[in-house]
Amino acid sequence: MTPDTSGETVLEVRDLHTHFFLRRGVVKAVDGVSFSLRRGEVLGLVGESGCGKSLTALSLMRLLPKGGARTIKGEVRLGGRNILECTPAEMREIRGRRISMVLQDPQTSLNPVFTIGDQLREAIVRRRRASGVPVMEEAVAALRRVEIAAPEQRIGQYPHQMSGGMKQRVVGAIAISGEPGVLIADEPTTALDVTIQLQYLKLLKRLQAETGMAILFITHDFGVVGRMCDRVAVMYAGRIVECGPVQRIFEAPQHPYTRALIASVPKMTGSVGRLATIEGQPPSLMDLPVGCRFASRCAHVEQRCLDAYPGTVRVGEEHTADCWKVMPS
Amino acid sequence: MAVVERPSSTDPVAPRLSLWRLVWPARIPGGFRRTSRVPWIPIAIISAIVVMALFAPLLAPYSPIDQTLRDKLLPPAWMAGGSDKYFLGTDAFGRDILSRLIYGARVSLMVALLALTAGGGVGLAVGIVAGYVGGAVDSVLMRLVDAAFTFPAILFALLLAVTMGQGLGTLVTAISLLLWASFARVIRGEVLSLRQRDFVALARVRGCSAPRIMLTHILPNVLNTFMVLVTLNIGVVIIAEATLSFLGAGIPPPTPTWGLMISEGRGRIADAWWVALIPGIAITLMVLSVNLFGDWLRDRLDPRLRQL
Repeated sequence: MTPDTSGETVLEVRDLHTHFFLRRGVVKAVDGVSFSLRRGEVLGLVGESGCGKSLTALSLMRLLPKGGARTIKGEVRLGGRNILECTPAEMREIRGRRISMVLQDPQTSLNPVFTIGDQLREAIVRRRRASGVPVMEEAVAALRRVEIAAPEQRIGQYPHQMSGGMKQRVVGAIAISGEPGVLIADEPTTALDVTIQLQYLKLLKRLQAETGMAILFITHDFGVVGRMCDRVAVMYAGRIVECGPVQRIFEAPQHPYTRALIASVPKMTGSVGRLATIEGQPPSLMDLPVGCRFASRCAHVEQRCLDAYPGTVRVGEEHTADCWKVMPS
Repeated sequence: MAVVERPSSTDPVAPRLSLWRLVWPARIPGGFRRTSRVPWIPIAIISAIVVMALFAPLLAPYSPIDQTLRDKLLPPAWMAGGSDKYFLGTDAFGRDILSRLIYGARVSLMVALLALTAGGGVGLAVGIVAGYVGGAVDSVLMRLVDAAFTFPAILFALLLAVTMGQGLGTLVTAISLLLWASFARVIRGEVLSLRQRDFVALARVRGCSAPRIMLTHILPNVLNTFMVLVTLNIGVVIIAEATLSFLGAGIPPPTPTWGLMISEGRGRIADAWWVALIPGIAITLMVLSVNLFGDWLRDRLDPRLRQL
């Protein structure tokens, strides 16, 4: 076993179903997602827009958007407890302390009318840890931890006085102030420019090394996955179709969808030709096919692909794929 | 790098996020306090009117209700025929207009304060709850608002006056019922857009409860709108008070109110214009000052405009 697989499981998601119940029908946005997350591990969750990545994250926090979204089935085990069965009051205790989150857009992630110091303090005071350190010093320390220069000055400033990268650091500082075991990062670098992205990713890595928290890293950027993650789960139309160690996924993707995705990433080497694309559109989440969801776009489709959904097949160490044509190991 | 010295007020028991923080942000090294131009003239006018209202018995030269029919309809002192005894002249019953103006400020301010607190407060609460909670709660509250809009306000006030009797309570109730619905509608709209912002989601991620989010994250963000609504509606309240008093549903005569004074002088505008014009000027100054002050306050409360 490699060292980074030795950690205990801190989050286990089993057969999660979150659907939107609309007047027009049921949108099966998350439809049978299972994965686990170990201490000190970064699991990438990749997939195209609308495949259910963010809704999976929100289901884990039990913060579903208003308007008919409900988790109807599944288990989310956080430290041995199924949090889908917790009361709202228990959930409030869990959020921020056991599981926390960073969102995509730093511009709207902070309350514009309060200084960042006041907002950090809210998070720190809420944690109610009886430490002798004054709250203000702890807030300054938290800012220093996310590498904000001159935190004593910054702490009195308002969000609009900071750059996007800096705001996202503050959001990060608030998110980890409760020392959560699991951090969900929902495309935290998408709104940042490339140089700042790299800094932010390094920072996340460092914080993770310091705290040992597990990160569920949602992105659609394979470059970021390669840099950040230990394992990757590829999501398509509400399901995880392939999951495995980053290197395995990059070098030997098993599911045709993963292969197509990786083929469509521009490479720095080799000839500059047309990029590979995946023809067609993902199926409507309101009207999913009985068989494999990728069948309509797959180059290797057979009759059995249309007739039934393939089971999850183990194709290597810690590596699974949902496809009829892969060879079990 | 040493932690620079800080004002002791911030430690060691730091207050939690509270409304107070809007006016006075916690500790500001490298921060700033607002230095934009303070609207001294409007503040002076508002203060003068408030002082007038508070110390009316000490300031008024005469009783506001005693009639001296011999001295009726005297023009202000600086005009031909004016008397030094009555600086702003007298009305049709020979009552001193200055004294009535000073006492009238009491009623007008009291009505404005109470009606805006009650009506605006209810509207603010309804708007925030409807906007944030949404769903069935929102539907029910907004149908109530719609219903409130369909009520003919004046007729309703008359009905109240008949059932509850004339007086301050009736007047304030009637005006509050007129105000709350429009407050609720505007605030709800604002909350609907605020609710979608990530900082609200992240507050929930942090484990904040719904009431706490409404109070500490939503409320401060709609206060600017609320302040603007309040200042805009002070004029509406004073006019509404005048209308209702004129119709006999407000404060019963002879107690002076600015609105009542205008309506009493209305008939004589051609020959004794000062009777109606002087309270009219008072209302104009008051409403204008409050609006200018409200403008400044809005800027003061908006962090984006706080620098420089």
